[in-house]
Amino acid sequence: MENMDNNQRPFEPYEIQMGPQHPATHGVLKLDLELDGETVIGCKPTVGFLHRGVEKLSENLTYAQALPLTDRLDYIASMANNVVYSNAVETLLGIEVPERAKFIRTMVMEMARITGHLLWLATHALDIGAMTVFLYCFREREQLLDLFEEVCGARLTTTYTCIGGVRQDVTGHFLETLYKFTEEFPSRVREYETLIDQNRIWLKRTQGVGIVSKEDAVSLGLTGPSLRASGVDYDVRKHLPFDAYSEVEFEVPIGKKGDVYDRYRCRMEELLQSNRIIKQCIEKLPPGPIRADDSPDLVMPFSKKCVTADATFKSGVIKLVEDRKHYMEGDVYVSGECPKGELGFYFVSDGKGRPYRMHIRSPSYIHIGALPFLCKGQMVADVIAIIGSLDVVLGECDR
Amino acid sequence: MEILWILLKIVIVFAVLMVHVMYATYFERKVIGHMQVRMGPMRVGPHGILQPIADGLKLFFKEDVIPEQADKGVFYAAPLICLISALSAVAVVPFFKGFAIANINIGLLYIFAMSSLAAYGVVLAGWSSNSKYPFLGGLRSSAQVISYEIAMGLSLVGVMMMAGSLNLTDIVMAQSKSAFKVYLIPQFIGFFVFVIAMFAETNRTPFDLPEAESELVAGYCTEYSGMRFALFFMAEYIGMIVMSCVGVVCFLGGWNGPFDVPGIPFFWFILKVYLFIFLYYWVRATLPRYRYDQLMALGWKVLIPLALFNIVLTGTIKSIVG
Repeated sequence: MENMDNNQRPFEPYEIQMGPQHPATHGVLKLDLELDGETVIGCKPTVGFLHRGVEKLSENLTYAQALPLTDRLDYIASMANNVVYSNAVETLLGIEVPERAKFIRTMVMEMARITGHLLWLATHALDIGAMTVFLYCFREREQLLDLFEEVCGARLTTTYTCIGGVRQDVTGHFLETLYKFTEEFPSRVREYETLIDQNRIWLKRTQGVGIVSKEDAVSLGLTGPSLRASGVDYDVRKHLPFDAYSEVEFEVPIGKKGDVYDRYRCRMEELLQSNRIIKQCIEKLPPGPIRADDSPDLVMPFSKKCVTADATFKSGVIKLVEDRKHYMEGDVYVSGECPKGELGFYFVSDGKGRPYRMHIRSPSYIHIGALPFLCKGQMVADVIAIIGSLDVVLGECDR
Repeated sequence: MEILWILLKIVIVFAVLMVHVMYATYFERKVIGHMQVRMGPMRVGPHGILQPIADGLKLFFKEDVIPEQADKGVFYAAPLICLISALSAVAVVPFFKGFAIANINIGLLYIFAMSSLAAYGVVLAGWSSNSKYPFLGGLRSSAQVISYEIAMGLSLVGVMMMAGSLNLTDIVMAQSKSAFKVYLIPQFIGFFVFVIAMFAETNRTPFDLPEAESELVAGYCTEYSGMRFALFFMAEYIGMIVMSCVGVVCFLGGWNGPFDVPGIPFFWFILKVYLFIFLYYWVRATLPRYRYDQLMALGWKVLIPLALFNIVLTGTIKSIVG
């Protein structure tokens, strides 16, 4: 007996590094998991592998120049980032955006939400093993990306908005194609649902997994569909309406239990609601200008000779922005409802043409912070389902 | 002369089987491709018909990386164990009347023995890689294969009772004399359990946990590359074909069909095997993956009791009807 006791080692958890190169961590997220068998007893997320210093970079750029950097935050739905950033700068400048531009912004933001949620559904289903949903989702996402290309020339890094409005007006062909898309999209959503919604294996993998109570969800700082799945009725679009959201009708889907399945259901409902908003935007789209008169303009250099070593690109292109004198001093925080959650921009301005400090409140960063709480006591396979259900994107998290 | 004849048979079966394995991968990519509104391989040859050959060549010329910390001997042996045990099981399968490499009396038991041996290959691959993901994959696999081996064995007991033999040829003969011509109808519970266990036994979706891509990267074969990886791949496809053969022999009446196709005695057999293989692909394109504990619960709490019930039912009916 004594020998046996001597041979017994103290319990050591099986440590496993999930990521940063891993098929299911949606980018370069690294999780240090401590396992007891297949049960997770500890989870430490490490972020920062995709850090590009967007916040610091913008301190040396004018407001208009920093706009393309926001494409690289949540690169799955860059339109939404553009819109929120522009709103924030406009608040700082005190510019009122024309009605038409507001509707166009609302429209592209909801398109971005659909593309974001489609990619989420595709990868979430793929993580749980349903591979066909992946390709079905990409089929519809492709149509929307083509529309993005039509309206601004880029599919992913759009930079479509500008300070004071949008860069180009939408064409009739664009609106027609988009309307056709909204007509058939609900049937597509039903198609995805036939594959997984009532599937016994899908229900077993998602129901009762990664439960977040109402109180926990609020204290963890979850936002967006992840928060609403826990039963908290909070949506920036409803509570602090920006752009044209006060003029369109839509419902905010709310879950009950706050498990992976509820988060899935919430996003599926949001797909349909976004579709509804786009339809209304097309129907109500007013005529008029797409940019405010007093918006700072992008001025190209007068001739090619202007761009020399000392007359830098910066001073040539964004001339008017720098010339403006009436920047508000002080700070401003503006947030918007992005596909992932509440994306906020915080500017500290000293009255010059560049932000003194910019901070981005990125939902993904905060959601990843909730992972240790969610993963504890779950199984390895559930960790994958939970990461998928929180819908994190590392470009936004690491900034 | 006898030995030469057997060797010739082995060569023929091996060659034909390998071609089928190659084109099973092509068939899979095409079937799943079309289910997912895309084309599948299209570039190599007309409709990508030469894709398996291109893949084979690519894998053959790839660098064979062996982790420094790996247990070399076992690392080399593991894929061979998998492949050899899968290939050996083919020996007893009767492809048409009077054609089996070894017509032995314990054919069914032999197949079980071989498919259990394949689990050793997987476990040892996971162990010898000396890496964490393969290790988890290997552990999962051992638990899974052992649990489902029992369910599968029990599901076929009903067939053995009805046929009164373990010899695969005899089972087919007995079926053609039975009331329904196939055991699928009287043994539908057994068939149900068998099909599910078959998926688990060959590590296919929805039971592909040992190599669950999104969780364990590639499971037990994460550290394998080049031809060694291809050996695992081949073993998996041969395993699928063998399990399909067992299903065809035990439940679908083997080489017998509604009418004889002159000149091609194995026509119905191959057709039925490909039906099973299509089922594998169809399920892969449709279903998500089970979680480890749910998989074990399904095996022990549903399938094994169901198979036992089937045995009792078959025995009772057999003793009443006689």
